[in-house]
Amino acid sequence: MSAYLEIRNLSAVVRGTGERLLRGVSIALEAGHVTGLVGESGAGKSMIGKAVLGILPTAVEVVEGEILLDGQDLLRMPPDRRRRLIGATAALIPQDPLTALNPSHRVGPQITDRLVDILGWSRADAEARAQALLDEVHIAEPARVMKSYPHELSGGMRQRILIAAAFAAEPRLIVADEPTTALDVTVQKQILRLIAEMQARHGTAMLFVTHDLGVVSKICQDLAVLYAGKVVEQAAMRDFFRAPAHPYSRALLAATPQYTDPTGSLRPVERDVLDTVEAEIAADDREWRNGQAGP
Amino acid sequence: MQFLRAILLRLATTAVTLFGAALIVFVVVRVVPGNPIAMMLPPNATEDDVARLRALYGLDKSIMEQFVIWLGGVVQGDFGTSISLRRPVAELVLGRLPATLELSILALILAVALGGAMALLGTRWRGRRTEAAVDVANGVGMSVPDFLWGLLLILLFGVLWPLFHISGRVSPQLDLPFSTNFYLFESLLRLRFDITADLLAHMFMPSVALALPLAAIIGQLLKQSLKETMGLDYVTLARTKGYGETRVILREALRNAVLPTLTLVGVQFTFLIGGTVIIERLFSYEGLGNMAIDAVINRDLPLIQGIVIVFAALFTAVNLVVDLTYAALNPRLRHA
Ligand SMILES: Nc1ncnc2c1ncn2[C@@H]1O[C@H](COP(=O)(O)OP(=O)(O)O)[C@@H](O)[C@H]1O
Ligand SMILES: [Mg+2]
Repeated sequence: MSAYLEIRNLSAVVRGTGERLLRGVSIALEAGHVTGLVGESGAGKSMIGKAVLGILPTAVEVVEGEILLDGQDLLRMPPDRRRRLIGATAALIPQDPLTALNPSHRVGPQITDRLVDILGWSRADAEARAQALLDEVHIAEPARVMKSYPHELSGGMRQRILIAAAFAAEPRLIVADEPTTALDVTVQKQILRLIAEMQARHGTAMLFVTHDLGVVSKICQDLAVLYAGKVVEQAAMRDFFRAPAHPYSRALLAATPQYTDPTGSLRPVERDVLDTVEAEIAADDREWRNGQAGP
Repeated sequence: MQFLRAILLRLATTAVTLFGAALIVFVVVRVVPGNPIAMMLPPNATEDDVARLRALYGLDKSIMEQFVIWLGGVVQGDFGTSISLRRPVAELVLGRLPATLELSILALILAVALGGAMALLGTRWRGRRTEAAVDVANGVGMSVPDFLWGLLLILLFGVLWPLFHISGRVSPQLDLPFSTNFYLFESLLRLRFDITADLLAHMFMPSVALALPLAAIIGQLLKQSLKETMGLDYVTLARTKGYGETRVILREALRNAVLPTLTLVGVQFTFLIGGTVIIERLFSYEGLGNMAIDAVINRDLPLIQGIVIVFAALFTAVNLVVDLTYAALNPRLRHA
């Protein structure tokens, strides 16, 4: 029960159609730990991150479950209180640095805004903090960069700024949603190293969303494997790479070449493995529908 | 350097536009039937009288000759003499321009305020009944033209509840201590709010009639643009920082959503200025548009030309202001 973030049996559907996007997801995240959230594109990784941060699209509705942040259920909290709690204790490192900064605002205010507007810091304190953070993410001339507009900076620079902004309020939880996917390959490694470095220094718990097991192995202590909105396995990193429990995890691991045969090419997940998972999901859905219809 | 070139280019295109407008109007008013001279003379005037007057106003020459003569005057600031009012066109037009400018700008302010409020309300409560109501209001606003709004307003606030003045620009019994014809502006500067109130009571109905269709267009376009912007990544990121819906709309979305609507609003504003012709007539407002109708009725060729040139200049000025505002609001352009 020492988990800082605990997602319990979280199910979400598309409003109107009732199509299930998250299927009884349970994930526990220790304070200061990094948990990888792995799965193919469309598996619902971002949906989980959005549910935690309270930014689900309006078309998506949570129908059951709990999201406990330090023991408090976010889903059973007045929206205003939840919003402020999340703003004060959690943060997002977004996927695409090109679209995640407001083109009309200078960079500085996009780092200090939360401190000044939500947490009530003085402008001078917030600016000093922003400068220190830009230093931490290895940006030269922080003062000049803070006065720039996003379009004047490269993608890598912008992602560094977004990382600085995420750590601004010394959050206890960060959701990083594929934070390197949109970057050049050469920049990806630097940014990944930077996130690991910042996380270690600040001791922030992190939910690290990725479709890449290679990335997970570099930064996470444990991971959850997601398929079609269902967590098929949650395990410590070490155990997972030694002996993945679920056939889908095994297939995923096998499909990531460098961990088995570095010369091999990316193999698709085999048909019979997919059939197994699909069958599990169908059974799960049947049970869920019965439970919904029953009482 | 680049800036200078842009300005020169702008001036050149403006000159060409104005020249084109002048040429077209010059030819058209001379080709359509109607004789300005006949309207000036008593019915028993002889052929000789007519011919003499025609020669006096230079109307016996070919159209191209007349145009060259007129243009020669214009470059020296002489726009000719009004046939019906027998005073210099420049003086007449510039005397009336402030009234029309004040009316148009008041209408624009009303339209932006009303349309902006509609867009913000519809965005804040999107997907709810409020948005549906905003959509209906915008639909009605757009489908009823300004002069019909004018008639409706006359019915409401002129006849049923006579709260405002139906006609004129200012009550004739008022003593105006003004040195320009920008009455509204000057009354504010001189702190003569009694006169301001009287002017506004006259301008209320015509400006609202002009403003409503534009307000509806602004409301619709801006709401659409806001809703699209609200789905963008930086807006979502701002939500995770703890901002509430209203602050997210105003801080993150509004400024970016205004940009794509600005150009269209500029175009629509030139339509609004065009609309003053009918609306000023309807409310007997002593502006340029009202004068334009008299000029056409009297076939007052020099006056028509002068008014058209001023309207054309006004349109290009509006476009210039729109472009400058766009650049000022868009950091990408500001630094380019
Ligand atoms: N606004 C939305 N309305 C309905 N379904 C959505 C919406 N956004 C995403 N989805 C669906 O939810 C599923 C999970 O999406 P997502 O969490 O973004 O996947 P990923 O694992 O790639 O991050 C996908 O099947 C996607 O089609
Ligand atoms: Mg995703």
